[in-house]
Amino acid sequence: MGGSSGSSPCASCKLLRRRCSKDCVFAPYFPPHDPHKFAIVHKVFGASNLCKMLQELPVNQRGDAVSSLVYEANARVRDPVYGCVGTISYLQNQVSQLQLQLAAAQAEVLSMQMHQKPHLVEQDSDMSSLWAGDNLNSISHYIAVASNLSATVIQDPLKRESFST
Amino acid sequence: MSSFSRCAACKYLRRKCPQDCILAPYFPSSNPQRFACVHKIFGASNVTKMLQQVPVHLRAEAAECISYEAIARVQDPVYGCVGIITQLQQQIIQIHSEIMKIKGDIITHHSAHPQHQPLPPPQGDPCRSISIHQQEQDNFQSDEHPFGNF
Repeated sequence: MGGSSGSSPCASCKLLRRRCSKDCVFAPYFPPHDPHKFAIVHKVFGASNLCKMLQELPVNQRGDAVSSLVYEANARVRDPVYGCVGTISYLQNQVSQLQLQLAAAQAEVLSMQMHQKPHLVEQDSDMSSLWAGDNLNSISHYIAVASNLSATVIQDPLKRESFST
Repeated sequence: MSSFSRCAACKYLRRKCPQDCILAPYFPSSNPQRFACVHKIFGASNVTKMLQQVPVHLRAEAAECISYEAIARVQDPVYGCVGIITQLQQQIIQIHSEIMKIKGDIITHHSAHPQHQPLPPPQGDPCRSISIHQQEQDNFQSDEHPFGNF
């Protein structure tokens, strides 16, 4: 019986109970000492689909593809409803919160600069009204000013889906 | 469902669409490409099993997420959703770094100009900023990344 090591079949051929040929697509990525790795990918994607996906890729990209597929398969087994989309939502939320904090910090810097150079306020008639009276100490006005200055666009990855109607 | 109104899955698989077709509610015939992606990546049999393992009231969400993952994998055959996760993690690190830099600048400025320190916000201000220190502790809680944390 052939295989990547020359003696023992790879984890995929062991699970599928077939002969592990010398040119087995799975052998380089599913060594016999880690049967769980192939088992989980097979459970979620199926050996046939996995084989097709790997065959469509250049050899030098197959290692990364297998790693990402294993990650996604693990995420889906751990969370059968959301899978790794749950992780994406969580990280997106983190990005949004951090961008709010960044805007607040930028607004505070702007406030400091205005304290140092108050004559700059008069140059921009749109902004001068924001700095009237007690508004200087209001964080909500800090955010309004920062949002006028920084044009950070949050691209929602869930809106990248181009197939939904 | 009659043969004249088969769901996208049954149309793709060229089979009759029974009334209790498990895929029909989530793969309407109006969006055939969505199921085509799902079938290419997961296979009809695996998707059916995955949906059967989920309570009925959560199947729509599950189907949506499975479709999203399949489309992401078709668009990026090497990294799929993991590419998006990596991008978001890098974005978090970048924004966090910017915040730290600005914080440093603020502290430096206050040290040099103590008379310019801002007054504390009024009591009960609903827009009080979130503690950045608290966010730092929560920022990198995530699953083990296949390519290591950045």
